[in-house]
Amino acid sequence: MSSQKNLTLHLKVWRQKNSSTPGKLVDYTVEGVNSAASFLEMMDVLNEQLLRKGEEPVAFDHDCREGICGSCAMMINGCAHGDMPKTTTCQLHMRHFNDGDTIVIEPWRARGFPIRKDLVVDRSAFDRIIAAGGYVSTNVGNAPEANSMLVPQHDAEKAMDAAACIGCGACVASCKNASAMLFVSAKVSQMAHLPQGGPERSKRVKSMVAQMDLEKFGACSNTGACEAACPKGIKLSNITLLNRELARAQVKS
Amino acid sequence: MSTHSKLNSKVPEGSIEKKWANRKFENKLVNPANRRKHSVIVVGAGLAGASAAASMGEAGYRVKLFVYHDSPRRAHSIAAQGGINAAKSYQNDGDSVYRLFYDTIKGGDFRSREANVYRLAEVSVNIIDQCVSQGVPFAREYSGYLSNRSFGGSQLQRTFYARGQTGQQLLLGAYGSLMRQMGEKSVEVFPYHEMLDVIVVDGKARGIVVRNLQTGELAVHTADVVVLATGGYGNVFYLSTNAKKSNCTAAWRAYKKGAFFGNPCFTQIHPTCVPVSGDYQSKLTLMSESLRNDGRVWVPKAKGDKRSPKDIPEAERDYYLERIYPAFGNLVPRDVASRSAKMMCDKGHGVGQTGLAVYLDFADAVKRLGKEGVAKKYGNLFEMYEKITGEDPYDVPMRMYPAVHYTMGGLWVDYNLQSTIPGLFVLGEANFSDHGANRLGASALMQGLADGYFVAPFSVANYIGGEKLAAVSPDDAVCKQALADVKGRIEKFMSIKGKQSADSFHRRLGKIMWDHCGMARNEAGLKQAIAEIQKLQAEFWSDLFVPGDSADLNQELEKAGRVADFLELGELMCRDALERAESCGGHFREEFQTPEGEALRNDEQFAHVAAWEFQGEGKVPARHQEALVFDNIHLAQRSYK
Repeated sequence: MSSQKNLTLHLKVWRQKNSSTPGKLVDYTVEGVNSAASFLEMMDVLNEQLLRKGEEPVAFDHDCREGICGSCAMMINGCAHGDMPKTTTCQLHMRHFNDGDTIVIEPWRARGFPIRKDLVVDRSAFDRIIAAGGYVSTNVGNAPEANSMLVPQHDAEKAMDAAACIGCGACVASCKNASAMLFVSAKVSQMAHLPQGGPERSKRVKSMVAQMDLEKFGACSNTGACEAACPKGIKLSNITLLNRELARAQVKS
Repeated sequence: MSTHSKLNSKVPEGSIEKKWANRKFENKLVNPANRRKHSVIVVGAGLAGASAAASMGEAGYRVKLFVYHDSPRRAHSIAAQGGINAAKSYQNDGDSVYRLFYDTIKGGDFRSREANVYRLAEVSVNIIDQCVSQGVPFAREYSGYLSNRSFGGSQLQRTFYARGQTGQQLLLGAYGSLMRQMGEKSVEVFPYHEMLDVIVVDGKARGIVVRNLQTGELAVHTADVVVLATGGYGNVFYLSTNAKKSNCTAAWRAYKKGAFFGNPCFTQIHPTCVPVSGDYQSKLTLMSESLRNDGRVWVPKAKGDKRSPKDIPEAERDYYLERIYPAFGNLVPRDVASRSAKMMCDKGHGVGQTGLAVYLDFADAVKRLGKEGVAKKYGNLFEMYEKITGEDPYDVPMRMYPAVHYTMGGLWVDYNLQSTIPGLFVLGEANFSDHGANRLGASALMQGLADGYFVAPFSVANYIGGEKLAAVSPDDAVCKQALADVKGRIEKFMSIKGKQSADSFHRRLGKIMWDHCGMARNEAGLKQAIAEIQKLQAEFWSDLFVPGDSADLNQELEKAGRVADFLELGELMCRDALERAESCGGHFREEFQTPEGEALRNDEQFAHVAAWEFQGEGKVPARHQEALVFDNIHLAQRSYK
């Protein structure tokens, strides 16, 4: 923190009024950006600057600003959440940029994520995929005593690795096919590593994959761009597991 | 000051252990075939809202859920790191429902309602069962049994956790149940919808006015019951650990429609947050209290010591929490830890560029557990710290300073979680009920899920079963009027066309609140704050600038509405802090302290809940009291020494 600097940055930001109006990249220059600030705080500086000129600020989704809610979603110089590994846009800090840099900022682009305004896209397709089967059907009142069902630590850890997904959509945005396989596989994998919800195992994977297809996400061609872009380190091996779960379900039926 | 006929706590008869069972038995029921004739509106999809909506959907009511996020999976419960308490007593260390109850009452500095807290402790064990059955991947031992850790304000291990992402995993569990109900069409979800008013018909809450944040369209939704689970108001301070959008608007609108506001000045300042480093800062980041299990807090013994921490030998360090509070050490409750950090910095022992920080040192833990052992417990927290500060906490001690984190105050509710407006229920952080003047760590998740899974479904059924509710239509005059009022307010924001952004007003409000209604408060400062806030309110309504169109996605307009409400709530918080002439928990009035600098309560005059009633625009609100009766736990000076 002792080495705080002020940066001047040249931004090319995607501006689009709404879903039905074409958008374009617009150039802005922001000055006096503190190198200890986060990327979204840099966007705040830009927006304050626009407001002072009486212009409309750039709309973007964000909330917790600590890398866990999954709201923020910016394509930064062609990389989902920028090129720092395992980092969300809100946790990307300006100390990784140089004075005078040009930064291109775009929304997620995928058929399943229609653009609403500027950098805001609609990710409700993810909710509908989870609603298709990404849960254990347990009603309140059903639950047995927690320690009556033992889960080997190794399995619990594997389930937790997959459950760390924040549903931001970086995997879709970085995939050339705009596939949602990494997102879907993370939930399938979490459940597959746990004894809970076992009776629904086949139905779950088939319904979720069917819904994913309905939502116009593309197919997986194992490029691995999703894994590289994932801010939470969700592994490509989950997709392998998903395919195995799907094959198993199909054979069983 | 007066009591008020509406402040009936409706605590059930019987011994403390029997109260909840008695209430459940007394409650009216609604038969399954009739449930689908009744509708419930839930606002908010954090732990409390998601669990309540899912449970009532499972029960068979027609539920509508409104969230301002793009998805119900994003509410700020998701950011809770450390864990959730439950009186499972798996560690055989003497825990019980009664002890969790006792710790929570004492932790809250004897300013919460006994019966509510006991119920919270009682259902805590069911929460863990429920979450495990949903597939929440809690930490486990090699044996396959659930693992526990310690948290502040307790001398035993009762905290369940999923790495440093417990809130995320619990919320995703509730969200899964909610999505299941959405798939089964028992819950209708309205993402990108912000509630802007409550509709009260014949004295009962019967609907809400919402704005579709994508299109700007306003609409009325009616129902038999309205449930608010809209979180806390820590963002009144601008800089806090809350998510950027967290706000008080839903609660504040309800207050203006007749719901009393309980203990608004009770704010929790969390001791371990990444310190402020510049004006650009938009929020503060918390580092889980669980770190105090292994991290040791210290400052240099010499004032103004600017040496690097590694160059300060052991003998010249003051591990002040271990020194002052030997029984609890680094695991004292949050209010005590925060105040001690402030005291050390005020005396000139603070570290870092600003002198407003203390060290949280893991050198001993790394020696004992190895770097890998530490990483397994706290890896993601260490990564987060490094991303923000650019420093490696395995090597250099973390620098920490207290920051606003949670609000114990909120809408006043009775034992059934019903506000002073019949049919308006308030859950989770949005209500005032369970944490008194200070919340213990790992208890917010517990309360959110207790309210949503295990309390609200019974209370709502009892209300529906006991009321004759006439049909209400969005075309009724009351609904149309509420819609017109909201529309008028939005037009007002758009028409000011001043020079300053909503954020710039918010920052200034935050500074006033932090300076005068933060970790330490006094009479002169609070009076000054009220005057300054009133001036700021006038400036806001004459010089606000909102660009763009109200019939469109307009984030500046969203902020304007929230800041307008924060400006009013801030004033009420200062009034409440001023009237409460004692220190308790997180409310520290400098005039009232022990010779050692600890909070000095005044039980004779202030063993009560302050419930504020709106009296009309520009009028001073009325302060009513609900006396707190301690039948089970003896009122005592809190000691963690």
